[in-house]
Amino acid sequence: MSESSESSNRKWLYRKPRALSDTPMHYCPGCGHAIVHKLLAEVIDQLDIQEETVGVAPVGCAVLAYFYIRCDISEAAHGRAGAVATGIKRVLPGRIVFAYQGDGDLAAIGMGETIHAANRGENITVIFVNNAVYGMTGGQMAPTTLSGQKTVTCPQGRDPETMGPPIRMCELINTLDRPYYIARVALDGPAGVRRARKALTTAFKAQIEGRGYSFVEILSPCPIYQRCKPVEALKFVRERMAAEFPVRVFRADGKST
Amino acid sequence: MVERTLMTGNDAIGEGAIRAGCDAYYGYPITPQNELTAYMATHMPRLNRVFIQAESEIAAINMVFGSVVAGKRAMTSSSSPGISLKQEGISNLAAAELPAVIVNVMRGGPGIGNIAPSQGDYFQAVKGGGHGDYRLPVLAPSSVQESHDLTIEAFALADRYRTPVMILTDGRIGQMMEPLRLHSRPIPPPPPKPWALTGAKGRKSIFIRSLMLNDGDLEKHNIHLQAKFKKIAAAEVRFQETAIEDCDLLLVAYGTSARVAKSALEEARRNGLRVGLLRPITLWPFPSQRIAMRSSRCRAVLCVEMSAGQMVDDVRLAVNGRTPVLFEGRMGGAVPEARDVFRAIQKALAPSRKKRTP
Repeated sequence: MSESSESSNRKWLYRKPRALSDTPMHYCPGCGHAIVHKLLAEVIDQLDIQEETVGVAPVGCAVLAYFYIRCDISEAAHGRAGAVATGIKRVLPGRIVFAYQGDGDLAAIGMGETIHAANRGENITVIFVNNAVYGMTGGQMAPTTLSGQKTVTCPQGRDPETMGPPIRMCELINTLDRPYYIARVALDGPAGVRRARKALTTAFKAQIEGRGYSFVEILSPCPIYQRCKPVEALKFVRERMAAEFPVRVFRADGKST
Repeated sequence: MVERTLMTGNDAIGEGAIRAGCDAYYGYPITPQNELTAYMATHMPRLNRVFIQAESEIAAINMVFGSVVAGKRAMTSSSSPGISLKQEGISNLAAAELPAVIVNVMRGGPGIGNIAPSQGDYFQAVKGGGHGDYRLPVLAPSSVQESHDLTIEAFALADRYRTPVMILTDGRIGQMMEPLRLHSRPIPPPPPKPWALTGAKGRKSIFIRSLMLNDGDLEKHNIHLQAKFKKIAAAEVRFQETAIEDCDLLLVAYGTSARVAKSALEEARRNGLRVGLLRPITLWPFPSQRIAMRSSRCRAVLCVEMSAGQMVDDVRLAVNGRTPVLFEGRMGGAVPEARDVFRAIQKALAPSRKKRTP
């Protein structure tokens, strides 16, 4: 074998997914969104659905997701991604539709849309990035902020007596009959990232097969507003967040696990 | 053959939307527009089109957003309090230049108010309603027939200008029955929508947004939107005139109020009073030039509304002080009576004392 043919037959070990654009991302150092974007783009490539996919971007840190993910993407008003995704999927049932949302968007202002889209069993995939804090607006308390966690709107730490304890979305959605796949993963290290990719693949496959609503919650680092160094943020996700939000598959094949 | 039937205004809007090729309807219960949601629930699934009773008015308008982003025709309907909830969505549709139809079957307000017919949402409908600098065409039917016809027109306007369009009617026209000639001519297909999000097959991926953070981008976008609104204002003014040629007093009224005003006009004519009626069909764009022209030949203009006086502001702007502009109206779900309007006409046209005494 000549040297030149060896180079043309070179097997790529890793390359940037095609569904990820070259636009430099605006995310802070150590932020989980960039990883989730990359995983999402990898799954779109792997399942070869880039030309059939229509995404819905949230209001929040991922508001500019349409600059980074190379598929058709609509913006949605704060919290309304579940309704917008429903409106797209119902008129384009053959397309793959996902909503990408943060904790404030999905579990506070958009709680109604989230629960009802899940309850109708809309054949969409919801990617829920939970970092326990509002990022874009400057670090306010989210519905998933941990008890005792300090934010600018609970400077003494979240007091569950007056502010309520954090809301567990997978568990809440798991009370409904229609969702097909519900999983929580954590971006707490390489193994967690691999599990997140696997969960996203399963979720999109379920949609492609027409099985109904799939929901992937991704516990995610936000060093800036979790108020720690990037490496400590991974520890925060692994130890503190995962203690409050158990990492597991709640429902597979339409049945609770 | 013309299909004739008997229908409520709400049903006539539903049937108009279906005949206009509405692909998806999203509603939420609120009186006095429930007949429309029920009509769509019965007929849309039969035609393999989308019907969802949404979890809220907010969800419904955002489902509309999703379906029109995907290039389809979609509609939602509600009544006053529910329309307030939809305003963020309407602003977003206007900003992202998405065609959609929103029906407001007005009821008494403010607040939860009551379920009687009202015109208290005029300001909200024509002055923007939601946040930011935008306008949207507002069509005001005054009969069941017009409810049907203007719904078909609304979808065409929405697509022509890539804008949300509002049908502003009230509980009386929505719930009363009248004979109706169903639209039977073929509807022209919607224009091509290369901007629609349908998956990036054979093209680059695209996105739709109203967020523009870069310095100057949003101002440019606003200038573009305002140019479009100017175009609509120049081309799409609609109104109807009755007994207008020789009138000393010009009535201006829309919707149910225009029907009351017309009864008063007939009574006035029987009594030898020269009264005409100008009924705006588009509330935005408003027939300002026509009102200015007509009022210049009148002794007075009398605006009749089911509100504290909202459209009268636009009439005054049009008349611009050249002629006295008077107001007759009822609020809180009350409908003005023709005899009260007639009395107001008599009073306005009565020879003044100054003239009598030499």
